[in-house]
Amino acid sequence: MKLINYTLKYLSIALLLVLSVWAVLFYFRMISEIQNSLDDGLENNKMLVIKRVNKDAGIIERSGFSEHNYQIKEISGKHGLSFRDNYRDTLMWTLNDEEMEPFRMLSTVFTIDDKYYEMKIVASTVGEDDLVESLLYGLILLYVAILSSVLLINNLLIRKVWTSFYQLLRNLRAFRLDKDEGIKTTKTEVREFRELNDSLVVLAEHSVNTYRYQKQFIENASHELQTPLAISLNRLELLAEDETLTNHQLDAVGQVMSTLQRLIRLNKSLLLLSKIENRQYGAVEVVSVVQLVKSLINEYDDYAEAKGVEIELIEEAELNYAMNKDLAAILISNLLKNAVIHNYEGGNIIITIKKYSLTISNTGKTVPLNEERIFNRFQKDSKNKNSTGLGLSIVKAITNLYNYQLNYTYSGRHNFTILFKKAF
Amino acid sequence: MKLLLVEDEVDLLEVIKESLEKEFFVVETVGNYADALQKLISYEYDCILLDIMLPDGNGLDLLAKLKQLKKSDNVIIISAKDSVEDKIKGLEMGADDYLVKPFHIAELNARIKSVLRRKFLDGKNTIELANTRIDMDFRQVWIAGVELALNRKEFDILSYLAVNKNRLVNKIALAEQVWGDNIDGADDFEFIYSQIKNLRKKLKENSAEIEVKAVYGIGYKLIIL
Repeated sequence: MKLINYTLKYLSIALLLVLSVWAVLFYFRMISEIQNSLDDGLENNKMLVIKRVNKDAGIIERSGFSEHNYQIKEISGKHGLSFRDNYRDTLMWTLNDEEMEPFRMLSTVFTIDDKYYEMKIVASTVGEDDLVESLLYGLILLYVAILSSVLLINNLLIRKVWTSFYQLLRNLRAFRLDKDEGIKTTKTEVREFRELNDSLVVLAEHSVNTYRYQKQFIENASHELQTPLAISLNRLELLAEDETLTNHQLDAVGQVMSTLQRLIRLNKSLLLLSKIENRQYGAVEVVSVVQLVKSLINEYDDYAEAKGVEIELIEEAELNYAMNKDLAAILISNLLKNAVIHNYEGGNIIITIKKYSLTISNTGKTVPLNEERIFNRFQKDSKNKNSTGLGLSIVKAITNLYNYQLNYTYSGRHNFTILFKKAF
Repeated sequence: MKLLLVEDEVDLLEVIKESLEKEFFVVETVGNYADALQKLISYEYDCILLDIMLPDGNGLDLLAKLKQLKKSDNVIIISAKDSVEDKIKGLEMGADDYLVKPFHIAELNARIKSVLRRKFLDGKNTIELANTRIDMDFRQVWIAGVELALNRKEFDILSYLAVNKNRLVNKIALAEQVWGDNIDGADDFEFIYSQIKNLRKKLKENSAEIEVKAVYGIGYKLIIL
């Protein structure tokens, strides 16, 4: 729900309550005002009539509601003495509306020549139900008018005020840590928005800097580690050339060398992972997965053959995807490498390429792998001392980068499937 | 052949120098930008190995200077930075090759020799070892004038070992060269052996005066008989 509508929702409820309370108070106040004013008028009428009766007693005979708004009749003295003036509401038949209408009536007693007379004077008044009804209609009209004007103001005026906010939101959405230098903001008069703009600019700047430092750190770490690794490797290679070394010593040198190679590979893999996760692999081109798989099979066939593993390719469709070529090769070769390493002599690997998917299925251990954990870093088969434990994490990172889906299933064989997103 | 090695890491400088001297190169070394610039202005080199991260400057700037001096041919960048942008930049600025640390000595030798062959053997990209001649461009091998048929991998192995003749080539370096970088995660490198076995047999049957020797636990070496 938009902020504008959100406030409107509560405003409409609050307004309804306030208006209702106001209406009740207004109603009673108005009724009492009307009565007061009518009563004053009746009082005045009473005095006028009594004055006229004193001059002309015939009026008493001629009075009656059929012609006048007063009616006089004689009453007993006993009754007259105890009488008190009173006002009350009553209903009378009216000709124009042909129905009973509300009237205010004053009953009073006066004396002429020691005779007591009771007089009733009426004045037409408003009907309570009529009043309530018209008040209600008025209220509803007022309520609708207020709400619609608020809505209109919100949508015209406030929307204009919020423009800079929505602009900022768009910029934020488009902001990419690895591409942008900072966030662009638009000028605004509203202090809150200005503060939001300023805070976000600072935040973005800080993030970009942190990102840059991190990138720098990766590169520095690479430099710091690669050079000593290079020195050690090259030094060992020179040492191995020493003709005076015995086989026993050569064996030791060879072992150190292969450990060092593992370290080099581990370092490379870590750097690769960081680079993928930091989206430092830019150049994207259309990669033919079929061609790539074929060339990788060609690279791996001697290795697989030496391990007694057969590789079969089932090509059901062409599969071309835009991605970084190096990453595509790493993605598939890591899966292929695993399929060879975790196989047994006489086993096989079946690679199936479909329209949207690539499946590498291999024979191997008869226990399914832990789906939850296989893609975690340093999750490795303890028996394989040459594994870095990063191969599948790298595969996962690459598929994440391109929003491909990566699945593992076990069906007596280990199947890794990459679902490429549907071409658009 | 005179080489200039620009590298700020003293230990690496020494080990590379030592290795290159085994190839009978004259190697001069400098450890910073200023000295390198001095040397490059004053002398001519057949090949320059250039580290791009130097304490007092960027190797790429040095490359730009070399271009101004029209001496930018035969530069091989050696860098710890495996960044595509740097690689492209370096090559665009006239470097011949870009080698990422850590590298195998055999790989460095191969790259240097490739650069030198291009420079000195005007169009004739061949290696001659005793009675064996290897044409690197046409991927052909002749023994005493008779062509020897080799498959792709056998040729790659032979040429790589030939470039590094008399030097011990690490089997992983060989595997990466012949089978590609992606092979480095293999859990053993026995598969190299079957190709080597075939190559040896072919060399012997055709009475080549070279031989591929296995060095226990480490790798292989091509020697002249």
